Formats: sequence, C-alpha cells, structure tokens
Amino acid sequence: MTLAVLRCNNLVFKYASSGFELRIPEFSMQAGDTVFLEGDSGSGKSTLLNLIAGVLLPQSGHVSLMGQNLSTLSASQCDSLRVDHIGFLFQQFNLLSYLSVLDNVTLPCKFSKRRKQNALMQAGTVQQSAERLLNALGMGKYLNQSVSTLSVGQQQRVAAARALIGQPDLIIADEPTSALDAGHQAQFVQLLLAQAAEQNTAVLLVSHDPGLAQHCAKRQHMGQWQA
Amino acid sequence: MIQTLFLLASRSAWSRKGSLLLLLLSVITSACLLLGIDLARQSAKASFSNAVAGTDLIVGAQTSPVSLLLYSVFRIGQATRNVPYAEFERLEQDPRVKSALPIALGDSYQGFAVVGTKAIYFDQFLYGARQNLQFAQGRAFENYSVGKPAGVLFEAVLGAEVAKRLKHKVGDKIALSHGMQIQQTEPSHADKPFTVVGVLQPTGTPVDQSVHISLAGMEAIHVDWAAGVPVPGAEIPAEYVTKFNLQPKSVTAVLLGLNNRAGVFRMQRELESRPNAALSAILPGVALSTLWQTVGVVERVLLFVAALVSVVSALGLTSVMLVTLGQRRREMAVLRSTGAGPRTVFGLLFLESALVMWVGVALGVLVLALGGAALAPWVQAQFGLQLVGLKELGAGLLAVLSFAAFGSLLGLVPAFQAYRNQLQDGLNPKTN
Repeated sequence: MTLAVLRCNNLVFKYASSGFELRIPEFSMQAGDTVFLEGDSGSGKSTLLNLIAGVLLPQSGHVSLMGQNLSTLSASQCDSLRVDHIGFLFQQFNLLSYLSVLDNVTLPCKFSKRRKQNALMQAGTVQQSAERLLNALGMGKYLNQSVSTLSVGQQQRVAAARALIGQPDLIIADEPTSALDAGHQAQFVQLLLAQAAEQNTAVLLVSHDPGLAQHCAKRQHMGQWQA
Repeated sequence: MIQTLFLLASRSAWSRKGSLLLLLLSVITSACLLLGIDLARQSAKASFSNAVAGTDLIVGAQTSPVSLLLYSVFRIGQATRNVPYAEFERLEQDPRVKSALPIALGDSYQGFAVVGTKAIYFDQFLYGARQNLQFAQGRAFENYSVGKPAGVLFEAVLGAEVAKRLKHKVGDKIALSHGMQIQQTEPSHADKPFTVVGVLQPTGTPVDQSVHISLAGMEAIHVDWAAGVPVPGAEIPAEYVTKFNLQPKSVTAVLLGLNNRAGVFRMQRELESRPNAALSAILPGVALSTLWQTVGVVERVLLFVAALVSVVSALGLTSVMLVTLGQRRREMAVLRSTGAGPRTVFGLLFLESALVMWVGVALGVLVLALGGAALAPWVQAQFGLQLVGLKELGAGLLAVLSFAAFGSLLGLVPAFQAYRNQLQDGLNPKTN
C-alpha cells in the first residue's frame, strides 16, 4: 500500500468554550486524490483545516501528513513539514502586495528546500517553473506586474500557481472561488485541478457551493463528523 | 534564508515608505543631535587647547585663572587691571624663560580684537601641534625705536579671518576703534590710520580674529587720550607722535614659554608671591580643565536632553511598528501560509526595526559629516571654532551606536508580538 498523503484517525477535537466537537473516525487522501469538502459556516471546516495544518492539535487521535504524526512534531518541524508538502489557497488576499507576480509565486521555494528542488527538476529554474505554471493558468502576460493591479480573479490564479509550485503533495483550497463571479468559478476549479493532476498533487477543495463537487473524484460532508 | 529575509523586509518596508521615512527622519535627527553636541564639545576643546599649545604660563594682573585665560587668549571678557611693563621686562630677562610674549588689549577693528605685542610674537608664538605662525602675505611689523620714522609705528598684521572677512590685503589703510565698539560712524582712532603690512595664514585659533600692532603703536594712538577719552583740543597728528615718550607703561598679559617645563610650578608660585606686583600666573591646561568643569554641567544637560530625544524617537519607532502590526496581520498570514515560520516573521519584524535604526544612524552620521564639512568655514568665521573630524568623536560615535543598539533591541518587542500573533492566528488571512 502506498503512503497516504493525509490521514486522520480517531480524531477528536473539542472547543472548551463553545462545546463544539469534531469527531473523525477515519479520513485519508492518497496521492492525486481530489476531495470536495462541503459544509455550512460553523460546521468546523476551518477547525479541520487548522488540524491538518498542525496549527491546532487534537485532544485524541492523530493527523498524519506523509506518514508523520503531527502531534509528535515540534512546532518548527511541523512548519517545515507543512511547507514541504502542502500548498495553500484561500478565498482572498493571498498575495503580498509589495512583490511582483513572479516573486509571489516563487515564495514557497524560498522557504522549502524540497519544493525548490522539485521546481528545479520540473523546469530547470524556479523562475521557469513559475512561468510555466502562470502560462498554464493564463497569467503569462503578467509576470513582472505588481499584484495590486490585478483583478480578484487574476490574483486567485497567481495564488493557485503559488500553491502548485514545487509539486506539493497536497493543496488545501479553502473557498478559493467565493470571491469570483459565477461564470469564472467552474473554470478556475477546472484549471486548478488540471494542473494538480498533471503533477499528481492531491487537492482538498473546501466550498459551500455544491455545484463544484462534480469536478472532484470524492465528496465529503462536514455534517458527518459533527458530534 | 537571510537573503529572503532581507528581500522581504526591504520590499515590505519600501511599500510603507511614507511612514517609515518619517521614522527614519526622527532617527536621523536624534543621531545628528547626539553627534552634533559631541562635535561642538570636542571642537571647542580642541580649538581651545590648540590656542594655548605653546604657552606654559600666562601671567596677568591678579584675577581668577579662568578669566585670565579667557581674556588673554580668547579675547573674551576684559581685564580690569594690567601688568606693569617693568614686570614684563623682568620676565623677558628671566633666564628660565624661553619666550615672553606681551599681549596688550583694549582696542578693536570692526569688532576684531587689536593685540599690541612685539615683533618676536610672529616668531615665537606656537599653536596647535607647536606650529609657528606663517605669513600668507607681507611681513611682520617693525619694532619701533626712537629715531625711526612715525610710519613704522602704524603697521598692522592681520589674522587670516580678519583679512578674509574684510577683504584686506597688504597696503590697505585701517582705522582702529577704542574699546570693543562694533559699529560706529567714525572709528575713534581714525586720526591715526594703520597700514596693513602682513596677513597671517589661518591657524584655527583666536589669532585669526586678531589685528596685531606694536606696543609702541598702541601707545602712539593714545598719546592724546586720557582716562579712556580723547583730550579735547589736544589732538596730536600722527606725524608728531614720535616726539612723545612711546615706552609702554603696561601690558594686559604675558604668554610665557619656559626652557624647562618641569619648573613651571615653582615659577608659578614664585610669580604669584612677588611682592608689590599682585600677579596671577596660570597653567593654561589647568585653567582649561577648570573651565570645562564649569561648562560640564551645561554639557551634561545637553547630552541628557539629546539622550531623551533619542529614547523618544526609538520608542516612537517601536510603537509605530506595534500599531502597524494590526494592519499587517494579513501580510503575516500570507507569509505563514507560504511557509514562513513564526521565527521568520520574528526576524522580519526585528530586521525592519533594526534597518530603520541603523540606516537612520548611518545617514545621521553622514549628514553630520557632510554638514560639518560644509559648515566648517562658517563656524570658523562666526565662532572661531575649528570643527574636528568625525574620528575625533569617540564619545559621540559610541552614543549613536548605543542609540542604534537600543532602538534595535526595542524592535524585539513588535517582533515578539508578531511571533505571538503568528502562533495564535491560523493560516487563513480571512480569519482576521
């Protein structure tokens, strides 16, 4: 059996203040998997993502990333494991306004040796790798532009290229299309998933819009995990 | 990694250049203030010691050491009494004395002090690193003796600054004034004009601001004066003054150089205990340190104020950094989601404070160095102060370095705050 990219096992997390509780008996993702995670606001999506990122730790059970139990790692080990293996993509404000499009995309390769190595293997240089991804996402014309001149849709594509660079094993896309207009949402998800599939990166797509579920291979509802 | 930190810190700082520029200005100002006070202090000390470099003892009428030093060397204040000329001659003939230079003060030319002395002054006066006076133009005035023409009496040698400011050259006629009158329609000694026969090279000492004439010349312009005013109806034209006794009756002070400097204390005691003379003999170095002690209080107050200003500007930087942290949470979250750990964010914030501090201090030093160089001629002309180079400012440089270090240390506060925010916030910038 191949190594699971992500695995949650007998996970229990409870907020002492609100009493909200998340129970996940078993959830895993293999290389190249695409999972659509749906749930209303307040259903614990952000909590789950923070657990997967190692920002929150479960009261019992464990989260493993590339076979490593996050609970057993120090904070800085967890940080480096995260950047090596996960690309993040959020609803909005993903970019640093003072860097160019290209510099924003190459940022993860500055913090992760592994992703830099991957980028080098894929395209020769980190910059060429970033250019290739930006071209594939239709952003080839904007390489050296300041990100503040881009539209929200264009900014999301740049953020997608950044999540993809250096071939992470998993991309966590948290409501990546919510800020886009309806016509572009499906197109954006398709582009993202196509690029992820090309480099065998698993994608966890979190959204409240059930219409996007058709693009993913699996579908998971948060409601099943609430206690 | 360090490169990435620098790149991010500088790009991020540049994107907020407006507010950072103001902070930078306040750091520059503080650094300039700290260094500037030390510059003024060291320059004053250097100029003062330069002016008395070759003098072992200053002899004047009984008075306080500091005031004797101030009026005899720096032409600040006035002597109330004088040294009888006979005492000067005694000193001149003393075998222990290498040089005895008389100084007779009291007149002025366009605000510059007139110094009555002897021609040997130009050979024997030493300043700075025991340097001799040099002539830029012309020659020394001639010593007068009975039988020489009256013209010899009215020769003047100008200090460099006097000649430069008043655009005088050898051959010009100048009319002296009695006392320190600055602006008057008619110089009170206009009836007996002097001819410029020499101009000295700049020395960075009060010599530059002095007009030198012979003791006999000084006597000559006062032959028809009594008790500080011209005697009405008794005006004596310049060509007839040689008919009068021009032997000086007194001098204001005598600058002594000794053959053997080890004997300076014995000589001082002996001069001060001379019966019927009522003399003061001072060691310029000792008088100077007394002076610095007196001025030291002011100096310390100034330094204290400068230090306070610096602390305020460092605190200002820190508080602005803390305030902007709130606005920069999104930036921090983006950094974290792309792999920058809390330590990177800590480093980033610290680096930004440190950059502002060190760049500000470096610019402050630069501004002061350039400003000092640019203003040096003006300061020299206005205050007779020769500005020292930056390398002389040990204490000032130490102060600005401490300031930069202190400000950088304070930068740990916002850095630590960002570190803590980073641990508390998730990865998603929208959660803020």
